[in-house]
Amino acid sequence: MTHPTELTIAGARRALAAREISAAELTQAHLDAIAALNPRLNAYITVTPELAAAQAAEADAALARGEAGPLAGIPLAIKDLFCTAGTRTTAGSRILGDFVPPYESTVTGNLLRDGAVFLGKANLDEFAMGSSNTSSAFGAAENPWKRQGDDTALVPGGSSGGSAAAVAARLALGATATDTGGSIRQPAAFCGVSGIKPTYGRCSRFGIVAYASSLDQAGPVARTVEDCAILLGSMAGFDPRDSTSADVAVPDFAAAVARGVKGLRIGIPREYRVEGLSPEIDALWRQGMDWLRAEGATLVDISLPHTKYALPTYYIVAPAEASTNLARYDGVRFGLRENGEDLKDLYERTRAAGFGDEVKRRILIGTYVLSAGYYDAYYVKAQQVRALIKRDFDQAWAQVDAILTPATPTAAFGRDENQDDPVAMYLNDVFTITANLAGIPGMSVPAGLDGKGLPLGLQVLGRPFDEETVFAVGGAIERAAGFHALPALRAAA
Amino acid sequence: MSYTIEGSTGPWEVVIGLEVHAQVTSMAKLFSGAATEFGAEPNSQVSFIDAGFPGMLPVINRECVAQAVRTGLGLNAQVNLWSRFDRKNYFYADLPQGYQISQYQYPVIGTGQIEIQLGDGSTKTIGITRLHLEQDAGKSLHDQHPSKSYIDLNRSGVALMEIVSEPDMRSPEEAGAYLTKLRQILRYLGTCDGNMEQGSLRADVNVSVRKAGEGFRTRCEVKNVNSIRFVMQAVEAEARRQVELWEAGEEVVQETRLFDTTRGVTRSMRSKEDAHDYRYFPDPDLPPLVLEQSWVDSLKAALPELPDARRARYVGDFGLTPYDAHVLTLEKETAAFYEAVAKGRDPKMAANWITGDFFAGLNRVGASIGSSPVSAEDLGALLDLISDNTLSGKLAKEVLEAMFETGKAPGLIVEERGLKQVTDTGAIEAVIDQVMAANAGKVEEYRSGKDKLFGFFVGQTMKAMQGKGNPALVNELLKKKLG
Amino acid sequence: MSLDTATVRRVASLARLRVEEADLPRLEAELNGILGWIEQLQAVDTQGVEPMAGGGAQALRMREDRVTDGGIQEQVLANAPDRAGAFFAVPKVVE
Ligand SMILES: [Mg+2]
Ligand SMILES: [Zn+2]
Repeated sequence: MTHPTELTIAGARRALAAREISAAELTQAHLDAIAALNPRLNAYITVTPELAAAQAAEADAALARGEAGPLAGIPLAIKDLFCTAGTRTTAGSRILGDFVPPYESTVTGNLLRDGAVFLGKANLDEFAMGSSNTSSAFGAAENPWKRQGDDTALVPGGSSGGSAAAVAARLALGATATDTGGSIRQPAAFCGVSGIKPTYGRCSRFGIVAYASSLDQAGPVARTVEDCAILLGSMAGFDPRDSTSADVAVPDFAAAVARGVKGLRIGIPREYRVEGLSPEIDALWRQGMDWLRAEGATLVDISLPHTKYALPTYYIVAPAEASTNLARYDGVRFGLRENGEDLKDLYERTRAAGFGDEVKRRILIGTYVLSAGYYDAYYVKAQQVRALIKRDFDQAWAQVDAILTPATPTAAFGRDENQDDPVAMYLNDVFTITANLAGIPGMSVPAGLDGKGLPLGLQVLGRPFDEETVFAVGGAIERAAGFHALPALRAAA
Repeated sequence: MSYTIEGSTGPWEVVIGLEVHAQVTSMAKLFSGAATEFGAEPNSQVSFIDAGFPGMLPVINRECVAQAVRTGLGLNAQVNLWSRFDRKNYFYADLPQGYQISQYQYPVIGTGQIEIQLGDGSTKTIGITRLHLEQDAGKSLHDQHPSKSYIDLNRSGVALMEIVSEPDMRSPEEAGAYLTKLRQILRYLGTCDGNMEQGSLRADVNVSVRKAGEGFRTRCEVKNVNSIRFVMQAVEAEARRQVELWEAGEEVVQETRLFDTTRGVTRSMRSKEDAHDYRYFPDPDLPPLVLEQSWVDSLKAALPELPDARRARYVGDFGLTPYDAHVLTLEKETAAFYEAVAKGRDPKMAANWITGDFFAGLNRVGASIGSSPVSAEDLGALLDLISDNTLSGKLAKEVLEAMFETGKAPGLIVEERGLKQVTDTGAIEAVIDQVMAANAGKVEEYRSGKDKLFGFFVGQTMKAMQGKGNPALVNELLKKKLG
Repeated sequence: MSLDTATVRRVASLARLRVEEADLPRLEAELNGILGWIEQLQAVDTQGVEPMAGGGAQALRMREDRVTDGGIQEQVLANAPDRAGAFFAVPKVVE
């Protein structure tokens, strides 16, 4: 039979139900793969073999009783931004020190309720700020893909780089991730896997270390669109502990994957044909349009005129929120403390030692744009432009059911590339960031390879709370693309 | 004449505005389910939300919002159906999140007004600028260790109403009367217990001085004054300090100060010297607070009667003097006591007994209305004994004294001590006959026109009856017998 | 708008981030690079546009007034870098 780490979540569920494999075996195969590959890939910050074994044993018992939850025995990687009771949670930062939360995030709690097995905590950019997973205080994660004939270490994207790398390298069947400006979709695209950022409010933010509260959303990364749908179905749901959680029913996302696109109107936003777009990505985008047309969808040229202002808007809103969300890391109640002459000195030394450069940069920018005299010019202005960006989408939904765009402007880049200029790095999120600002769902699906053999993704955007259509379009692209390429570094290869 | 401070250059007017922080009466905190009770073990009433732990999120308590709305209605203020929570950002050891969730640009309650009562019987209207909901911070203890401060987060996240007045007050007395009235309204509404010793009500006092006819000069804010008396003292001390500065040709610098209650002076707060830039912005964890008009209406319909209305009713319906009505309505408990006593009885008589002998009795035994050894029911029974002529006024005073001492019902005391008034005309006539016989000469004098002697006969008769004769009957029968 | 060194110092102090004097020029340049790029927003006509604060619900849900939390003193204190009995401890603050 297929090697256990090569299974999809849907396939593993069938195999577990048919008792072709036990949860213990499935988990052990992944733990072995982690032991072999994680020292190289650094996809996990913390591995929890005992916990995983115990959870797998529980899943086997539940399977034997016929009381198994929908994710019983499915081994997952958990982005280290989700608080997990009793397991160190770092947010990729020194400042959390050896913080062990006594509480469980709602999303991971939902997965545990459904029987999932947690292999460990996945690497990420510090506090989810980044697009390369190079800002982690626990070292960069590596993309398991290689350019043909070139051993350069490539970034897995960020901030959920560890999650995407782990799933691509077969170190987990799926992973939780979060997306504030593209942090699920961009690493998914860079690592040749699928990922969806659902509608803002679909997944509870309770227990997820906050970066930018009005933009942060949890979502899954997995190797198929169906697997993403299965995971999201478990992660999502109303949570009274999050005032921004939406009190709406969770539909059967997995059922929507095979729905097809016949009769759907798919928008192609002309503003996404940005300067510097690689010709290969442009070609893939056109290919995607052809696939959907062939499946019975109608393509519609649309305009999202404020697209080009999305990035600068984001780089006001997100740092502003981050600057105050991160004020709680002060060395008093948890986390790192550096002693000082007095309290202010303690704060300043603790935060200087505990935060990395990118986090500091964003805190400073955020503090500045909120400060007296600049608030209106920066923050209020950004909120107004954000309203315009959302209005662009609201108007588009009158014409189309979903929107197709590239996921990223380039394929994965080398670890040392793009590091000098923060703004150049920010451009990675040019296609993904609008969905966060507008609060709409967006999914990245691997659709092809570039000339050097690196994966490229297409992005599907949908109406608020219409993830089903996004899954339907994503499923159609996946079937048409037949993407079966494999990364150079992977378990059991 | 209005209040002024006499400086070397002449009189100075004092301008005062108050920002009052009132702890909302609720079981749980504003944004977490931890308890609010006073005096618990340190850090025992703290949730991870109150301690600012990673990933924790606020969820608002409906009752705290209701209490703010009730208070707004009690202050005759505008209830804003759309308001918003903002973050006020600053670092402090007892501020776990690094920001306070407050309402800055859009408070839940807008402008209102209250009427204050002054010592000379006059009233004055003081404007309310706004009321907003916010979280309290924790408590720092600075005196437990030579080089450390200790932090207790029990209070962190408790709901506060910050009630801001217009700078409408002009004397320490007005400031005191304002705080008294505000506290009275809050306690009537049940939205804040008004307990100043426990910090449930704290005032920031903004003071400036000016010459007659001038605009406002620079003000200083005296922080966290925790009694009405101290508010009045702080106003005077701060105003005098400012007058001295101006008259010495110096400037008053806008700053926050503390009132040193032992020395009776204000001093600059070192910890607040750092120029603040609070970077207020809408809290992204909290959508706007949107209220239904029907909900506000239902809260309004269920409001208790407030002091002003009650006072007016006591004057209008019960015929009390404005002063008695004021005294009886100052505390909600006193008014309730009064109404229980007055129910089905002569309201003026009830008022006289409560404001007179009953208050004196409370004073004597050091009790409050809540801990009074004499219940409203027993005091009412005493008044009934007067009305049905069982007791004379004089005897009733004696009985009330005994009630304070023993806590017994008046009927029982009357019985035990044989204090029952004599209304048997035959018995009274027999005593009168004895008195007349023993004072034949005076009877002659009276009958020959010396009317003033009537009092003498009353006194002798009552004395002979040990005060128990019904005064009206004694009078009536004496008149008849003396002719 | 661009930042001068004094402003960077002030903002760092507001944010309670210790910045060494030697690092100020680099930070100043980076921040000005970002702010210069952000400046393009000024070109957008936002006259009369209602600012959008968040992506979520349009009104707060309210919870009932019940004590459902707290009573976890030891867990609240367990991660503290310095504590004294049931208190968190910090260097003495002078008011
Ligand atoms: Mg104040
Ligand atoms: Zn306040």
